[in-house]
Amino acid sequence: RDFNERCAQCSEVNWGLTDGGRFYCRSCHNVTERTREVVNTDFITNSRVQTLSKGLRKQEKNDGGCEWYVCEGFQLILKKQAEALEGLGVCPQMKDEILCNFWRCYLQKSKQAYCKRPAGETVKALSACESSTDVDSDPERPSLLHLLSLSESEGDLQTDCSFASSVSKVSESTSVYSGSVDGSLYLMKNQKEKLRMTMPMTLSFCYMALLWLREPITLSELLRFVVEGHIPYLNVFQHFPEKMKLCGLDLRIFCVESWPVYEEVFNKMHELAAFLDLPRFPDITDSCFLHPDMLCMKYLMEANLPDELHNWTCRVVKKIGIGEVDFLTLTPENKSTRKVKYDVLAAAVIVVVLKLLFLLDDHYEWLLSEFAEERNKNNTEGGPYFEFKKWYEVVKQSLDVEQKKLDEERAKYLWRCEKPLFYSVKNKSKVLKRRQMVVNLQNQFGKLSGSVRRAEKPNPSSFQLSWSEENTDGSCFHGHSLKGVLQEKCGLLTAMNPDYWLCTVKLCNEKLCGHLAHYREVEFPQSYHFVLGLFSFLLRIQPSYIHDEVCMIEHKLFNKKLYKKLKYNTVLRK
Amino acid sequence: SSHEHKLNFRKSKEACLSYIQDALLQKQWKRAAEFLTCYVESLEKDYSREHIGPSEMIWRIGTEILWHHSQSSMKEFTCFMEQMKTLGVKRYLKVCLEHVFHLLCNGQIDEAYQNLSLAESWRFGEQTAIQDKEMKLIEAYRGLLDYYSWSKQKNILLEHGEDGFSDLAVEQEMHGYFRKAAVNLKEIIKIPGVWDVFVKCYVDLLEFYGDHNEACQVLNEYAYNSKFPANPNAHVYLYQFLKRHGESKKSLISALKILHDIVPSHELMIDFNTMLQKSKKRKKRRLGLEVIFAALDYAGWKENAKAWSCLARQVKQIVTSEKHLDWIKQEWNSRKDWWPAFHFSRYLAKRNWQENKSLSYEKALVAGILLGKDCKYFKYVSHQGCKAQLKRFRMLKKFVNRHNPVYLRISG
Repeated sequence: RDFNERCAQCSEVNWGLTDGGRFYCRSCHNVTERTREVVNTDFITNSRVQTLSKGLRKQEKNDGGCEWYVCEGFQLILKKQAEALEGLGVCPQMKDEILCNFWRCYLQKSKQAYCKRPAGETVKALSACESSTDVDSDPERPSLLHLLSLSESEGDLQTDCSFASSVSKVSESTSVYSGSVDGSLYLMKNQKEKLRMTMPMTLSFCYMALLWLREPITLSELLRFVVEGHIPYLNVFQHFPEKMKLCGLDLRIFCVESWPVYEEVFNKMHELAAFLDLPRFPDITDSCFLHPDMLCMKYLMEANLPDELHNWTCRVVKKIGIGEVDFLTLTPENKSTRKVKYDVLAAAVIVVVLKLLFLLDDHYEWLLSEFAEERNKNNTEGGPYFEFKKWYEVVKQSLDVEQKKLDEERAKYLWRCEKPLFYSVKNKSKVLKRRQMVVNLQNQFGKLSGSVRRAEKPNPSSFQLSWSEENTDGSCFHGHSLKGVLQEKCGLLTAMNPDYWLCTVKLCNEKLCGHLAHYREVEFPQSYHFVLGLFSFLLRIQPSYIHDEVCMIEHKLFNKKLYKKLKYNTVLRK
Repeated sequence: SSHEHKLNFRKSKEACLSYIQDALLQKQWKRAAEFLTCYVESLEKDYSREHIGPSEMIWRIGTEILWHHSQSSMKEFTCFMEQMKTLGVKRYLKVCLEHVFHLLCNGQIDEAYQNLSLAESWRFGEQTAIQDKEMKLIEAYRGLLDYYSWSKQKNILLEHGEDGFSDLAVEQEMHGYFRKAAVNLKEIIKIPGVWDVFVKCYVDLLEFYGDHNEACQVLNEYAYNSKFPANPNAHVYLYQFLKRHGESKKSLISALKILHDIVPSHELMIDFNTMLQKSKKRKKRRLGLEVIFAALDYAGWKENAKAWSCLARQVKQIVTSEKHLDWIKQEWNSRKDWWPAFHFSRYLAKRNWQENKSLSYEKALVAGILLGKDCKYFKYVSHQGCKAQLKRFRMLKKFVNRHNPVYLRISG
């Protein structure tokens, strides 16, 4: 061994290694704090590398920091998120009971706490064996530099040049620089077995709890609230207590620089539910907010469509059975059923109804609109007939304005926070200098901006577009009548439109290619694209996801016909 | 605007940049500043893989905004530039230079000089060698400002000289500036490039101190060294120098030759043609004709009476001597399809007559020879001229009528 210091007690140089990877003097059995890694004098001074052993928790370090585990960090984050949700009106039960229990269950199942052998044990084992072997010889464990170059796909921080160079000095040891005790281990874990916790997953936890409680917040709304800043996500680590020092690999875990994507949060939530062996969730009945009938009502209002359309959405929902309790309620152990995206589903139902009534082939809907316009001229009693053209103009105008605002917001978004982040002590001064310069420049150019910098976040609201019946300019279509597009047949009101076109004749295998269908704007009518775009904006998701649900609904709706007439072309007669 | 819902830092900043770009193009400085405020945090990220990093972006965009924004002061501008200097050591000298340019534009000569001196003394390991070119430029501009100071001293001296006073101190200062300027200016013009202003100043210095040989050499190098980019001004400077010093027509002509090749429409082509016309050598006279025809191909010369008089004179001379009519034929060959409409339309005849009788006279002569006495232009102008009882027009008519057969031979 190359550790040549004299023992503090007996002045001998006769060292051995404990299980914990620490040196002990063979002559007098004095155990040191020194670990083999630290002996490597190439290592930066003031390092925080330590190995674990059970008794060392909560020990105060020299710089006022304490030891903390990654899962503690996430716990704090979840708590903050739950508090924010409570502030938005969610019942306190969510934070105190549901989310808490989910989290504890997770910790237990992933063996990070509440079990006999905490993950700390495994850390010990690692460093002991690592010290004598070459890092790269173990194929299981990715080398450190490999770790650092990872995660373009995770969308996390890029590697800091200076970080890479400082790390190369420590390439001989594996336990790397991180403020948390198990930061490096966290990233090295084999992802498949234990569902490693990530920032997006915190939202999966929240959504899972919300779903359990059947709170009236959809996933798309939750994510929107996150982006609007009502729920802490980006830079939430700045609320960690002072003692919990964040640096090195911790940044990779806690500092994300991208907004979570619906699909990712959604899928992870289901994985989580299965991982935790949760039972069937509380029933989603037709009085729940998440039921398609309720959500359709909300979206119809927001899309400025006539209330009368609700009858039609309910009919479609009933016909294809997506209003059934068993369809809507989540049963984690049932892996084969398709998971329900409540918000997307409701939006898709509306799209289908619009197709049923207006066809949306860039032709018929305008014809119908002209027809309704004519009739409206002579229409003195009752509400006006719904004219597609007028609705399109009004909604498009508002949508364009809002979209433009949103795009500008996105471009102006500030990602960094006051709390400086650095990978290593070495580049701390550089980071602080940069931050100072950034602040100076922000001040200088901020003064020249003229307008007041947006001071507060907008108030959280459930509706992004609102239309008032009191407006005399006729820009609200809620009360408009569908008589213009309906006709009476055998005592029933049916659509005048006899045709329907399917988005796709054959559905893809979702498991293989990720989608049920593949949406390309140029292949579909402009009106259809517009309608998809409207809901895409409201839900903040790609139009293709709504398109997928539309395809699914259509196939359920026209199941029989499809089965019989597979060889025909896409236009069917109802 | 994209409907891309997956948003991350990089995309957000890309979008931010494109908003800044739009605002800059539309000169909306406030809006540009607003978005730049949001962009600056990019400095805290690593962009080493990008072609242009955020620090360079911020420097360039910030400079534009601060320069144009109504509420920004020179003090703020300088403060910003100082910050930018610390941002990227690889760009240090470039930023210094640009800062100096802005100071000069703002009339702050002394500050500019200070900054240049400061930059000159900058050393930073291997960067000093890498940024060698920028350093040369800095030295050159300092040399330029030294020249400017020299020039001021020289003027003071000349004034005093008129009054009969001699001022030793001023003279010493002046010589001091000369030495400093000469060293740096000489260095920069060694490097291939376009250094018009440096060359002019350096030559001015050399001429003042009587070093004509060196000046001539410098100008020759500048004009003829193939490593230097083709630069019409180089030939102009050489020509002007030679003319100032009474050099032979031969050398003057050779100085303008390449200028004619590069810029046939140059204003000196009149001088060139005048010299060539008078030459005893046939080749030179031939070239002269080519030169003046080529110049008049350009729209900017259409109403230049002097140019037309050159052409008229030469054409008249050739026609009268009846020698070398083939020269005219050759030149006219490629032009006969479009010159009539370009120069000799009836509309132009009227306009020229109204606006400039001399011009119309010269043109009419040329038109009469090239297109014959029956051409629109000649007919109109000579008719008007004779009507107005102007002698020279009557002479013109006679001349053209006499030589009409020439037209037939030319147009052949």
